[in-house]
Amino acid sequence: MKPAPFGYLRAASLDEALEALGRHGAEARIVAGGQSLLPMLNMRLTKPAMLIDVMRIEALREPVPERGALVIPAGVRQAILLDRPGLADDLPLLAAALPWVGHVQTRARGTLCGSVAHADPSAEIPLCLVALEGEVRLRSRKRRRSVRAEDFFTGMMVTERGDDELIEAIAYPTRAAGTGYAFAEVGRRHGDFAIVACAAVVDARRMRLAVGGVADRPTARDFPLLDGSALDDALNAFAWELGAGEDLHATARYRRDLVRQLGRRVLDQARQDSLRCS
Amino acid sequence: MQLDAQQRHRVRFTLNGAPAECEVEPRTLLTDALRHGLGLTGTHVGCEHGVCGACTVAIDGVPARACLTLAVGVEGCDLRTVEGLEPEPGRLGVLQAAFRRHHALQCGFCTAGILMSLDAYLRLRPGAGRAELTEVIGGHLCRCTGYAPIVAAALEAAAILRGESTQAANQEETAHA
Repeated sequence: MKPAPFGYLRAASLDEALEALGRHGAEARIVAGGQSLLPMLNMRLTKPAMLIDVMRIEALREPVPERGALVIPAGVRQAILLDRPGLADDLPLLAAALPWVGHVQTRARGTLCGSVAHADPSAEIPLCLVALEGEVRLRSRKRRRSVRAEDFFTGMMVTERGDDELIEAIAYPTRAAGTGYAFAEVGRRHGDFAIVACAAVVDARRMRLAVGGVADRPTARDFPLLDGSALDDALNAFAWELGAGEDLHATARYRRDLVRQLGRRVLDQARQDSLRCS
Repeated sequence: MQLDAQQRHRVRFTLNGAPAECEVEPRTLLTDALRHGLGLTGTHVGCEHGVCGACTVAIDGVPARACLTLAVGVEGCDLRTVEGLEPEPGRLGVLQAAFRRHHALQCGFCTAGILMSLDAYLRLRPGAGRAELTEVIGGHLCRCTGYAPIVAAALEAAAILRGESTQAANQEETAHA
């Protein structure tokens, strides 16, 4: 339960981090809050030769409001964002989901971008990014690019990020008029990984449901405005398409049932929320 | 600043109010730096992957898992461990005394971590009530107490620290006199 040896670079600037990442490539890992990476290192599930610490880079410290989005750079800790005044107005979905991420003691260190880089299929932060159709901003020495959240997560803890790329920031679209949001999760205990987590975004034209903990990545589906048994049928079809698996924590059947039940609940809540805010 | 994997490097920080330093490899966890490097064995090592909470310390005033923190990463930080809770040698702090009164520990393995979480949290949010403190304690595993006495002790300590309840604190003084 001790990490294998690695070199360590405390980057003072983004350029220094990108230069080192370009040089070491797949042998290097970025460490920010360390709350996902350190367990992997301690259990020796990953053995990088070099860790590049980005937490002392001033330029990555503060969330930046943009037109229609909140941009969250790599150095922003979960607890800092959760305490941000106005978060529940700007990003009600994230404000509802963040308290479910680990515990006070891990949110104090863990970053949002770190959770996105780790790409656990049951994690709440990637789920919200997919639900809100946010983007991941990648940067290497040579180029910058933005990837849609839905394209970024490509499998179980696998992402679109290249070996020389750093997640510079993620961008969450902020609340739109007439749009409602809701989040719900079932886990063994509060703070555990979700067995199933659901995030809903509903406006006057469509209902969007994103599900974590079932497929190998957070997965979203857009529905027209449905209710009654038509909605139940659509949710049932979606639950089957997600291809739930069995593990120690839950059977596939239980996961499908949670998708139907929690999905219905968050869509109903988000619809009510959308009517209140229109 | 780049550190070689095989070599030991000096890290400087503030520990319980005093300057401290130790020599560590880049891979050394803060738990091991505290226990083996500095001989402060009050910080316990449980699961070593951030689940149990036994190793919780305060880093720059917020509770954090020492087992998920690299020692080289705390350069220049302000650390507090359970050794920093006693107001003077041999005397219990307010939280510790409340834990004792409420039998909020049996084997004591989880206790240091819980004390550090509560100490840091109550400094940040002195007005925290039962729901909030229960959530903070939810970041720790205790297999002895069933948590109820821990919550009771935390609530009483919070009230004493706010100056709302001095009775219990006075009793403690007498008991130790």
